[in-house]
Amino acid sequence: MTNVKQQPTKIEHQIIIDWIKQGASVLDLGCGDGELLARLIEEKQVHAQGIEISEQAIHHCVARGLSVFQEDIDTGLSDYADKSFDYVILNQTFQQVKKPDFVLKEALRVGKKTIVGFPNFLYISARFQMFFGGKVPVTPSLPYEWYDTPNLHFLSITDFQEYCKKREVQIERSAFIAKNNKVRLFPNLLAETGLFLLSK
Amino acid sequence: MQNTETTFTFALPPNELTLESGEKLGSMTLAYETYGELNKEKSNAILVLHALSGDAHAAGKNPPGWWDNMIGPGKGLDTNKYFVICANVIGGCKGSTGPSSINPNTGQPYGLDFPIVTIGDMVNAQRHLIDHLGIEKLLAVIGGSMGGMQVLQWMVAYPDRIRSAIPIATTMKHTPQQIAFNEVGRQAIMADPNWKKGRYYGSAIPAKGLAVARMIGHITYMSDVSMAAKFGRRFRANKEPYKFGAEFEVEGYLRYRGDNFVKRFDANSYLYITKAIDYFNILNGKRLGDIFKEVKAKVLVIAFKSDWLYPAYQSQEIVKACKLAGVDTTYCEINSTYGHDAFLLEIEEEADLIKHFLNTVSNGYNNGE
Repeated sequence: MTNVKQQPTKIEHQIIIDWIKQGASVLDLGCGDGELLARLIEEKQVHAQGIEISEQAIHHCVARGLSVFQEDIDTGLSDYADKSFDYVILNQTFQQVKKPDFVLKEALRVGKKTIVGFPNFLYISARFQMFFGGKVPVTPSLPYEWYDTPNLHFLSITDFQEYCKKREVQIERSAFIAKNNKVRLFPNLLAETGLFLLSK
Repeated sequence: MQNTETTFTFALPPNELTLESGEKLGSMTLAYETYGELNKEKSNAILVLHALSGDAHAAGKNPPGWWDNMIGPGKGLDTNKYFVICANVIGGCKGSTGPSSINPNTGQPYGLDFPIVTIGDMVNAQRHLIDHLGIEKLLAVIGGSMGGMQVLQWMVAYPDRIRSAIPIATTMKHTPQQIAFNEVGRQAIMADPNWKKGRYYGSAIPAKGLAVARMIGHITYMSDVSMAAKFGRRFRANKEPYKFGAEFEVEGYLRYRGDNFVKRFDANSYLYITKAIDYFNILNGKRLGDIFKEVKAKVLVIAFKSDWLYPAYQSQEIVKACKLAGVDTTYCEINSTYGHDAFLLEIEEEADLIKHFLNTVSNGYNNGE
């Protein structure tokens, strides 16, 4: 994971906030500057804890009054007992960790529910750029050039759904987003971003 | 900034203070300074805890306080908002009762008759001072290095008396390596013929030994990178090659710091305080997950990347104990090349974190938390 983070759209945060119950405990893995956690405290009165690797981002979080640990989530969450949090959030960090399989397993262990959000690599405009342009795609949800991207893993919405089936992870809810709107049809083709509420 | 310098004497016989060793010590004097004003509710008091060679003079000029860049109007510990207290530890030599104080039973300085004091005893004495000032609950306890150990001790011994805690560049217990450095310092003092088993008061002091102890200390407070930046392999202007004078700049610096230290610090205090640090073990047989169970304070743990004397993993252990106990905690590892000294020098980032953290704590309090 690096300190660069895809800028989540407003609707992405709004959907996550809608999914989270009032007064819940929330652990945000790769919480960045803490914008989502601050909104969750404000709107859902959650008990919030962030984990973030960037010192600069930690300063922003502390300025917002958040509690946050400077840690590398790739090393796991071994200090936490099973089901320590109502929700664990992996929003736009899932594709940036070195070991997504391990990190998600840890998130599912520590959280009663886990929320995952990631950019869809097979969004239609990305497909066009690859097929016709012959180039690695650059889209609003994948805004980086190949040589400076913090993203280490490229996956589609279908990839993730199959992965959940294989790992026997239950998808309780999902939402798909393009251009700051919800997408209802053919998400693997038409959505820039996928959001999932998971449990195990 | 309102700056008050005074002393507090307590534990007068027959009500001497019982130390952790079981021995009694009294009467006891604490030298302390305060900065800023205590508010009507007495809810804005911050206790600053000093490191091995520190004293009560944390802020202010003439001479500059040891944390003057952190404490003052608009600074990390903003004296426009907070009432900041700093007391010299017991066992020290800067106004508080220590081995160079007069033993009331003999009329002579204690020397080695001074009882062993612990970090717990230091904190117990501070708690008497806080009682005396009429403060029920401190807004924060904060300190680096040995000061950080006292912060941890406050968290465990008086969890109901603190609203927040900021341990900086510290550890729950010394490793053999950390004890070893202290022991070399102690051996240097005790090997000085002027030390005379601690009975040197009124005659020549063990200046050479204490200076060497301080030189070793200084090496451990810096980092490879900071020493290279500060001295390189540069020579001093007036060096005489191979006469074993101070030829390299780094040698001159260490000698200068060593010689200066002797003018302001007591060798026996150095022995007693380093022992207190080495004996400190906040776990004391307890499990990591149980140690902070009673803590309700918000905690901010700070470490520095180039600190090899109190490496970041020791701060991470503190964080782990906080997590296991469900304590509301923030942890930040500040990027710095200054080594252990960073907590006194890397002020901008440190002050920024502390200022915002204290804002959150004091706002929470004002909102009726």
